[in-house]
Amino acid sequence: MSSNAEIERRIGNDYQAGFVTNIESDTLAPGLDEDVVRFISAKKGEPEWLTEWRLKAFRAWQEMVEPDWAHVTYPKPDFQALSYYSAPKSMADKPKSLDEVDPELLATYEKLGIPLHEQMALAGVAVDAVFDSVSVATTFREKLAEAGVIFMPISEAVHEHPELVKKYLGSVVPQRDNFYAALNSAVFSDGSFVYIPKGVRCPMELSTYFRINEAKTGQFERTLIVADEGSHVSYLEGCTAPMRDENQLHAAVVELVAMDNAEIKYSTVQNWYPGDKEGKGGIYNFVTKRAVAHTNAKVSWTQVETGSAVTWKYPSCILKGDNSVGEFYSVALTNNFQQADTGTKMVHLGKNTRSTIISKGISAGKSQNAYRGLVRMNPNAEGARNYTQCDSLLIGDQCGAHTFPYIESKHPSAVVEHEATTSTVSDDQLFLCRQRGIDTEKAVSMIVNGFCKEVFKELPMEFAVEAGKLLEVSLEGSVG
Amino acid sequence: MISIKNLHANVEDKQILKGLNLEIGPGEVHAIMGPNGAGKSTLGNVLSGRDGYEVTEGSVVLNGKDILEMEPEERAREGLFLAFQYPVEIPGVSNLEFLKASVDAVRAHQGKDALDSVQFLKLAREKCKAVNLDASFLKRGVNEGFSGGEKKRNELMQMMLLEPELCILDETDSGLDIDALQVVAEGVNAMRDPKRSFIVVTHYQRLLDYIVPDYVHVLANGRIVKSGGKELALELEEKGYGWLENSDNGAA
Repeated sequence: MSSNAEIERRIGNDYQAGFVTNIESDTLAPGLDEDVVRFISAKKGEPEWLTEWRLKAFRAWQEMVEPDWAHVTYPKPDFQALSYYSAPKSMADKPKSLDEVDPELLATYEKLGIPLHEQMALAGVAVDAVFDSVSVATTFREKLAEAGVIFMPISEAVHEHPELVKKYLGSVVPQRDNFYAALNSAVFSDGSFVYIPKGVRCPMELSTYFRINEAKTGQFERTLIVADEGSHVSYLEGCTAPMRDENQLHAAVVELVAMDNAEIKYSTVQNWYPGDKEGKGGIYNFVTKRAVAHTNAKVSWTQVETGSAVTWKYPSCILKGDNSVGEFYSVALTNNFQQADTGTKMVHLGKNTRSTIISKGISAGKSQNAYRGLVRMNPNAEGARNYTQCDSLLIGDQCGAHTFPYIESKHPSAVVEHEATTSTVSDDQLFLCRQRGIDTEKAVSMIVNGFCKEVFKELPMEFAVEAGKLLEVSLEGSVG
Repeated sequence: MISIKNLHANVEDKQILKGLNLEIGPGEVHAIMGPNGAGKSTLGNVLSGRDGYEVTEGSVVLNGKDILEMEPEERAREGLFLAFQYPVEIPGVSNLEFLKASVDAVRAHQGKDALDSVQFLKLAREKCKAVNLDASFLKRGVNEGFSGGEKKRNELMQMMLLEPELCILDETDSGLDIDALQVVAEGVNAMRDPKRSFIVVTHYQRLLDYIVPDYVHVLANGRIVKSGGKELALELEEKGYGWLENSDNGAA
């Protein structure tokens, strides 16, 4: 009964995170040049080396061209029309504790279902809340510090742990890696920094919640996670934005470093505003995510992508050390006029490295959904193995599903397996459900959830439930 | 119970049912027999409201309600159940989840409270046992990788859980060996009730040795051309359908 009521409630609603927080912000005038880069760096009181690091990225970016190989079409953003820094005014003098944080900001997160007061927070999950260009609050920091775990906004880590940030920033995704990574390196605002010391199992789930609020701004967060030898961490990020008629740009970079025998599990529930039913507005989500896995290390990416107007994203693993393991589990759902070009790269460098790719693409409405994946077995990757399973589900007859697998094997003993299927939600399946009294909306959501089951089981428990519900909302109106 | 009058129906603009009349009272079991292509499966699909089956004339009244204007799920909630000839697979959706959604929907329509998960699991296990399916089938995807016999028993289990008032069995015997046939027939017989009616659609008389009907009708060229008691099935077994089809052609 209660679950049915919940479904009814959710089906009856459109994008739920689409409200705007009325708050006074310091927003930089639109435009991008070296002064803007210096301004951002100065605003955060960064050391000289980081300012230079940013400028180097900016100069590289100026000479790069926007990539156009992805299976997506959109008007190119005017980078001079965007603002590159926006922060709530109340955050100007860093609040010392949650009690000093603007109640309007706290209310925003509560409305999104992310209570930041620790006594009300989900037990066992520490949250860093990033609002436009700044981190609003990070919960459970003291408790984590007891275990030696560092979890803080990267803007603070630059000051408190400069040696770590300097060592690892850009070590996985270099400044000039690609057009959007270079842009991010020049103007990144905030994001999370995580360090797990040797042999430590992080005592709770870590999560960052990203929120774009201000109009005509871009969000450029940067996340860096370093798991030292033999450590273990599970991290989750969530993203939402208000409904706005104009497109907004989100270009993030995530770098993961898993040292010998370490394990990082990184989960994403991406629900940026997808635009309206006519394809107006929505977020351009151009993200670079990459991990390097040293000997015996394991990195697992799990993503549930339901939002954004255009998505361009390939969380990847460089399997550098022998016996290292990379995993990619993905559900990408597109509806209405959404476009997604997403997948992964598994680069096998070490011996006996293993990777698994499970990708589930769901297309509905007039959307286009592409899987693009690279599996590369380098000359030293003796005994390396990959298994790829790539399934597409079509709902309706006006959407598209595309698969672009790239396989390069340079070692004779490497084994690469690729399986792909394309199916539809069949009339027979729907009729079986309806003949048993189940209405069409519920039937479609059940079938789609079943299709995604292999990926959902990789998500932390409470987020798996959330992801299922999210699919339901996102599919609204996809069946006549 | 159900009253079918002058039913005409098209599939892709081709007329399949051409004025079918049938009255079924509470507790009665009616067998529909007939040659291939006579419209036997069409009848079940039309009654349950499947897309692509267009009713052009006639009426179907179930318990005093005209069901032809209802959506398939509404008909199901009103107590109409179709056991499929070829049950489709729904990968990844567990049988248990599917059954719970189904029973919840029907109970909600009847104004009954939903069963909680524990109660439901207990009930579902009982029904599994009754149709000789291991309880592990509840965890598997709906019909996913089931054998033909397992699929049919799964259909029967759904029927037992939903306790419908009108059960339409569409060639339930097809693809079943004799043991599986007996299990299914026993299940159906156990559900016979003064308030529950059955339409048993079959090509062969064999099934009717186990599910003994009150009436037997022969469907040919979209109409009932002959009706009788259970002994009619035996006569058909002996003589085939040819003599009836010819008589119908003469009449038309």
